[in-house]
Amino acid sequence: MLKLLDGPQTLGRGKTFWSCFLAVLAGALIYPVFADSYDVGNFAYFLIWIFMALGLCLMWGYGGMLSFGQTFFFGIAGYGYGVLAINMGGGTATIAALVLSVVIAMIAAGILGYFMIWGGISGIFFGIVTLSATLVLAFFLGQTAGPEWHIGPARLNGFNGMKGMDPLTVGNFDIEGSALYYLMIALIVIVYVALRMLVNSSIGNVIVATRENPQRAEMLGYDVRKYQLLTFVIGSGLAGLSGALYTSWGQFITPSSIGLPAAAMPIVWVAFSGRNDLTATLVGSFLLLFGFQTITVYSQQAALVLMGVLLLATVMLAPQGFVLGIGKLVVDLWTRRRRRDEAPALADAGRLQSDET
Amino acid sequence: MSAELFSVFYQFADVFAFLILSAAGLAIVFGMMGVINMAHGEFIMCGAYVTVGLVNLGVPLPIAQLLAALTAGIIGMIVEYLIVRRFYKRPLDSLLATWGLSLIVTQSMLLIVGSAVRGIGTPEGSFAIGGYTFSTYRLVLFGCAVAVLAGLYIIFMKTRFGVIARATMQNAAMAKALGARTGRIYSISFGIGTALAGLCGALYAPTMTLIPTMGATFVVESFVTVVIGGANVLLGTAPAAVFLAMIRMALNASYGQIIGQIGMLFAVILIIRVLPEGLSSVLVRRGR
Repeated sequence: MLKLLDGPQTLGRGKTFWSCFLAVLAGALIYPVFADSYDVGNFAYFLIWIFMALGLCLMWGYGGMLSFGQTFFFGIAGYGYGVLAINMGGGTATIAALVLSVVIAMIAAGILGYFMIWGGISGIFFGIVTLSATLVLAFFLGQTAGPEWHIGPARLNGFNGMKGMDPLTVGNFDIEGSALYYLMIALIVIVYVALRMLVNSSIGNVIVATRENPQRAEMLGYDVRKYQLLTFVIGSGLAGLSGALYTSWGQFITPSSIGLPAAAMPIVWVAFSGRNDLTATLVGSFLLLFGFQTITVYSQQAALVLMGVLLLATVMLAPQGFVLGIGKLVVDLWTRRRRRDEAPALADAGRLQSDET
Repeated sequence: MSAELFSVFYQFADVFAFLILSAAGLAIVFGMMGVINMAHGEFIMCGAYVTVGLVNLGVPLPIAQLLAALTAGIIGMIVEYLIVRRFYKRPLDSLLATWGLSLIVTQSMLLIVGSAVRGIGTPEGSFAIGGYTFSTYRLVLFGCAVAVLAGLYIIFMKTRFGVIARATMQNAAMAKALGARTGRIYSISFGIGTALAGLCGALYAPTMTLIPTMGATFVVESFVTVVIGGANVLLGTAPAAVFLAMIRMALNASYGQIIGQIGMLFAVILIIRVLPEGLSSVLVRRGR
């Protein structure tokens, strides 16, 4: 199993990479000791969105399916968590609400994905069909202001959004503040490691082969549609996880986190970071979220304009992504210098794999 | 009885006009270049703002609307020159680039213009048939939608430009080898597409509130019409709009706008399962 952590589909391997990984993880773990609780809560907020970005990276970068529907599943699970948490009462039941809401998002992804993938929709149309579904969901939730729109005691509340659900709770202990932060860190490590293993496994190889050439993969005897559906369900499920955690974090959710411009955000993060690699997406998305949040304090519109500029600049200047490009450049320089200084045999230790896929 | 019939036709015409006007520009750009212009909604918004601005300056409404369409067309050609033409070989990247543009435009408009602009009222005028009153302007919109289809038919089927454009659509490399300036054809087609988007905004400007995010109201309808219609505007978009308008009209009448929109989306998702290449592929095959 552990052998799958390093493989042809992921960059970063060997001792140097994993010691950096452990150092960052250790830094993240002791961070709450030094920071005040407000900053810890903010950090946890950035981490919420990482799952959505990793899911899109899997679908788009590895699977070649450009889904614009990440916020669709984010919304389904986010509202799902709210409705379930209110209906099942607080307490430990919120954990069940979290799991169930993600399952609901995955079922929705399975249904939508079945129609699109078995219908042979790919490329551009995959994007605009998922985006249409996303916008329709946002419009629908936006007009549910009346009291007749409720599921059990949970009111949907239109544009003002749903509120009043409990945060994640175990027994009498609310998972908030640094507890939520540690939960996020744990989940991110699990998801990141699991995705690395997935893409380097034989399933991952088929997913990448399908991206490269669906016909060839099919001729080799794989039912590519099943692999595409699997990728779509996992990627969308991760968006669902983000949604459920988001609702639990702030105890509210509004349709504006589904529609435009929210739907464009995961695309910007992943495109800017470098869609072909999980690590680049992880690092890049975090940096962008951090930057975005810093500017939003002054002007949300300015922050969104910047996101648009970054997206445009990425496709025009560095279609493979900025973080990935810079990362490769740094590592190349580093290994070249070491190669000059030291024995050539050592040079491979920290090198990012540089062959393009 | 005839009043009821007319009422049904009126509702159909209303939805049909909305679908055709919002989708025609997108369909032309997609049909010619295989590019989906994600900033389509922003060109619609541009048309609406220019119209309202000119009317507030005292320009008569129809002239303001034509000027607005022209403005959107010229801006479209500039955008094509600066951005879109780099991406004809990479259609997915063109999607992202135009989406980036759309974000920049919408949010800058929110920053500069603010959220509300004083609108202009819907042109007065209504007529009554057997106890029902109908707004004349809605019928004008239907007339415009039909005129747009007729105009596109003439441009693409009866002019020299149309012949070259269709040749480019079928095989760009061969058309180029035969001396067609494909780059200019693409530029003009993109301009026509965005001008039609501007026209859509101009025509609907009197009927709705002007906000920088108003483009989003049109994009779902234009997307689904193009998805169902496929690459051919005349043989795809128009029948797709007829079909979707019937579904939408039936649902709107009994359950309201939002259920109509949801129903339309479900219909589209069901159809792509059965006809992945859109209606036009079926119609074109039949025609041969």
